[in-house]
Amino acid sequence: MSAPNKSYDPVEVEALKPEEIERMRDEALAAFAAADSLDALQEAKVAHTGGASPLALANREIGALPPQAKAEAGKRVGQARGAVNKALAGRQAELEAERDARVLVEEAVDVTLPHDRVPAGARHPLTTLSERIEDVFVAMGYEVAEGPQAEAEWFNFDALNIGPDHPARGEADTFFVQGPEGGTESGVVLRTHTSPVQIRSLLERELPVYVICPGRVYRTDELDATHTPVFHQVELLAVDEGLTMADLKGTLDHMVQSLFGAEMKTRLRPNFFPFTEPSAEMDMLCYVCKGASVGNPDRPCRTCSSEGWIELGGCGMVNPRVLTACGVDPEKYSGFAFGFGIERMLMFRHNVEDMRDMVEGDVRFTRPFGMEI
Amino acid sequence: MRIPLSWLREYVDLPATETGRDVQAKLISAGLEVETVEHLGADLKGPLVVGQVLTIEELEGFKKPIRFCTVNVGRANGTGEPQEIVCGARNFAVGDKVVVVLPGATLPGGFSISARKTYGKTSHGMICSADELGMGDDGTHGIIVLPPETEVGKDAIELLELVDEVLDIAVTANRGDCLSLRGVARETAIAYGLPLRDPALLDVPGPNAFGYPVKVSDPAGCDRFTARTVTGLSPEARSPIWLKRRLQKVGMRPISLAVDVTNYVMMELGQPLHAYDRSLVQGTIGVRRAAEGEKIVTLDGVERTLHAEDLVITDDRGPIGLAGVMGGADTEIADHDDLEKPTGDVVIEAAHFDQVSIARTARRHKLSSEASRRFERGVDPQAAAAAAQRTVDLLVLLAGGTAEAGVTEVIAPTAPHTITAPADHPDKVAGVAYGRETVVRRLQEVGCDVYGQDELIVTVPSWRPDLTDPNDLAEEVIRLEGYENLPSTLPKPPAGRGLTARQRLHRRIGRALAGAGYVEALNYPFVSEQVFDQLGLDADDPARRVVKLVNPLSDEEPALRTSLLPGLLGALRRNDGRGSHDLALFETGLVFHPRDERRAAANLPVDRRPSVDDIAALDAALPEQPRHVAVVLAGAREQAGWWGGGRSGDWADAVEAARTVAREAGAELGVRKGQYGPWHPGRCAELTVTADGEERIIGHAGELHPRVLKTLGLPARACAMELDLDALEQVGDDTPQAPGISTFPVATQDVALVVDAFVPASEVEAALREGAGELLESIRLFDVYENADQLGEGRKSLAYALRFRATDRTLTVDEASAARESAVTLAGDRTGAVLRG
Repeated sequence: MSAPNKSYDPVEVEALKPEEIERMRDEALAAFAAADSLDALQEAKVAHTGGASPLALANREIGALPPQAKAEAGKRVGQARGAVNKALAGRQAELEAERDARVLVEEAVDVTLPHDRVPAGARHPLTTLSERIEDVFVAMGYEVAEGPQAEAEWFNFDALNIGPDHPARGEADTFFVQGPEGGTESGVVLRTHTSPVQIRSLLERELPVYVICPGRVYRTDELDATHTPVFHQVELLAVDEGLTMADLKGTLDHMVQSLFGAEMKTRLRPNFFPFTEPSAEMDMLCYVCKGASVGNPDRPCRTCSSEGWIELGGCGMVNPRVLTACGVDPEKYSGFAFGFGIERMLMFRHNVEDMRDMVEGDVRFTRPFGMEI
Repeated sequence: MRIPLSWLREYVDLPATETGRDVQAKLISAGLEVETVEHLGADLKGPLVVGQVLTIEELEGFKKPIRFCTVNVGRANGTGEPQEIVCGARNFAVGDKVVVVLPGATLPGGFSISARKTYGKTSHGMICSADELGMGDDGTHGIIVLPPETEVGKDAIELLELVDEVLDIAVTANRGDCLSLRGVARETAIAYGLPLRDPALLDVPGPNAFGYPVKVSDPAGCDRFTARTVTGLSPEARSPIWLKRRLQKVGMRPISLAVDVTNYVMMELGQPLHAYDRSLVQGTIGVRRAAEGEKIVTLDGVERTLHAEDLVITDDRGPIGLAGVMGGADTEIADHDDLEKPTGDVVIEAAHFDQVSIARTARRHKLSSEASRRFERGVDPQAAAAAAQRTVDLLVLLAGGTAEAGVTEVIAPTAPHTITAPADHPDKVAGVAYGRETVVRRLQEVGCDVYGQDELIVTVPSWRPDLTDPNDLAEEVIRLEGYENLPSTLPKPPAGRGLTARQRLHRRIGRALAGAGYVEALNYPFVSEQVFDQLGLDADDPARRVVKLVNPLSDEEPALRTSLLPGLLGALRRNDGRGSHDLALFETGLVFHPRDERRAAANLPVDRRPSVDDIAALDAALPEQPRHVAVVLAGAREQAGWWGGGRSGDWADAVEAARTVAREAGAELGVRKGQYGPWHPGRCAELTVTADGEERIIGHAGELHPRVLKTLGLPARACAMELDLDALEQVGDDTPQAPGISTFPVATQDVALVVDAFVPASEVEAALREGAGELLESIRLFDVYENADQLGEGRKSLAYALRFRATDRTLTVDEASAARESAVTLAGDRTGAVLRG
């Protein structure tokens, strides 16, 4: 180290000579440039910017200079240290970028690996299809009405103009709940349609009534590919002043358009039901072939068996006798109603070939339907 | 009702080019459900000719008797030589006229005929049976033997009317008139705008005093009874081919001439008829209600014990027929092969019976006949006399009989039915302006007499007893004007309120459970009573009280479910058996509980609104039907995979499913150790809610009892949860309130507490929560640790993370620690918990 001197010539202080400072700076820059890893750079950083680095030591010498020399030396050392720090930061950034690039490559995964850790659940398509239909009508202002499944015969039959001698009231078609004597004297059946909910709606609600009645119903059919003793219906009831069969037709058209597409329409064919008069069978245009398969053997349609139309269910104007039984004045009010089975619609809408698939609860059947259909 | 097009054309002059399909379309549009059009003889190709059997050689040595015949077919085979034919049937003799199909022909079903070697001979064609020609059952079970006068060599396709079209119509319950050619012909005539030749328009002699004596004791049950007599029927007379063929085409089997004629007239006019062998009827024919327990043997050979409401036809001895349903065996017309006592004289009955009475009798005796089907749906009472006349005419013509001059008619006077309705009523029902003129014209077309201007007075025709109300008239007008021409308009309902809270909750629960990996199953509600033993329920468990069905589909499962588990566990087992072993299923649905007081639901009147009390009484007679939700689990809840190990579904998943449901309901669910029926006694949680200060158990969750799993054949360690959704919903709140969000820093403190192993974690947590006070933001159990060496036997350590935060300041360490201290102290006091050293 330099000995104390009396001349105070900064030039005389070896470490603060301009060429010395430059050398220190250049050595540092070279060392950083040569560092090929963050670890090496860290070593170079300690060596050239640490407390014991030449520039740090040189900086310390400044204090020993005479006042007039301090400023110039300080500026020289400061510039050198600035350049060194800048180079360090630059190299640091370069090396980090290199490292990141390398590490991210190393961290790459096979994104095609399956991840079926918790298998997805699903709702039953009969539930979600029913909700889908409900939503169409809720959007129009209808409300959803519900009722008991074990139902009084009066609600299920009599109030619907199905008299005591109607064949559908026999044990061959209807499940009867045992009375205290073990026979049919209970007057209670498993509802054979959701129509009793219509009666309940007319009795409970203020007029006008616009309701949709979805739910489970029962008939004594053995389970096979096309029948099930427990099935699901959606029925609609509208009772208001001045409702017409044209309103029924328009409502049906709207429904099938909402569910199957804008170009859909319905067709009514006369039929007979005790609770409606006039009554009709309702068909919808086949949503697959749009009728193009009719008389066209080259383009057969599986969905409608090349009939062009798909049978949906029954409908009609509410029989005034039904209104009377509910205390609604048939001179003032009229109404329309329709009902159809959801199983059947699920079958043709989603190509379900066997009714049993809907009742057995096989997860392989239900899962693909997800949360909504 | 099967309608042969050739027969239909007898009453309506349809254009010759109209096919069955064309008629079908017209009738469907008018409201008759024509289900199919059968094209008889569509693939039939001749030569098919009349032949006469010349020789028969019996061939010996075969398993069944075989005949080698020569048959004269005239010039039909081109040579005039006898045709050599091998035949296996035996019901013919030399000289008989038969139907011969010659080589080159094709029979129904695409069966091509050619000369072929068989039984050592060459057969040049076949002698045909009715079945082979697609004619339907003729009752012979052999080849057709034609009347002797049939001309040899004549084309049999034309002779037997083998080519035709038959419409099959599913007649609705209100249109009894269309169970006849007459009724369908009328609809056809209207649909085509053509005149109808009404076959019931016959010259009928008026009633007189010397007809067969008839006494009707129950005019309400029988408002019309016509009796005619025909004598001297020839025992040799047989039904002609045309008559048999028409019966076959409508689906009836020819039996004997007299019976065939009554059936034919019934098909033509819709009036059921009965022919009695006069020699077997003793004295006056009567109509009355049966005496309870009275007996009759009907034509089908079954002895029937009668009910006091059954209408019967009697003679001096007692019942000789179940009125309107089936005749009795005692007075039956003799078969042709009954040569000892051939029927020579007959009494013909054409009567009209009460619809409801006949329907009940037919149902009571499980005996549905062509006659009862018609009476149940309504028969034209005015057609009885014409039908009797038509029968008499045919028996005279075909059986050589003599019509006696006596005509008996017993008639209870009834006024024609009249409906009064505004002329624009159909317009209002349809939403179409038809106008009075159209309305009147259409009503007249169906046979109504119409009077009046704005207010129409409409007398309905006797053959349409279904027309009773103004809306019935509206339907006639609208259907004839075409349902297809109705416009499409939309009503404007008042603004709706959307789904109810309850309906939204049901949807939400389904989504939440499906989101948690559960798959919905919709199971039948039918259960056996043994299932409660299998589920390990106590003998006095209320769930054993079931609602039973009178007529279950299976006697094994006569009851309605009181729990969703039997159905869901069945679905679990089915899936497992089909190779899906990692399962999580759910169901929501109604269960059924009988009321303590079993009352019958009354049959209320329908001519007015029932009173509020009446409705309440009906509802009180119904079983209770709460909605439940249940889940079942088996196998892995999380699968093993490249990410590491899997995890079996366990009791905790089942409990969590209950919490998921409660969360959706916004209900506070109590969970504590429980013990119930199907569940593992050490792994069963009791689920509770508290309403109005009263706690109620609403379900259970956990692992199922190993014995139950074994009995039901379910996978080991299967778990389940079931709860009463209605009860949960009652305590729920679906309007959550927003918490205040503090932005001051959180202070986290962990505590590990050692307690006796039996102390429920929920109690420790509750004490910590209460002791920590309002600075506590959240608490979470993050570890449970049991180690006898470190903690002592029967002890466990529960580690909780407590997060403290104030709404208005940054908490100091001292404040947080103080809150923690007080939490630990209270937990210590309540549960004996000590801080783990």
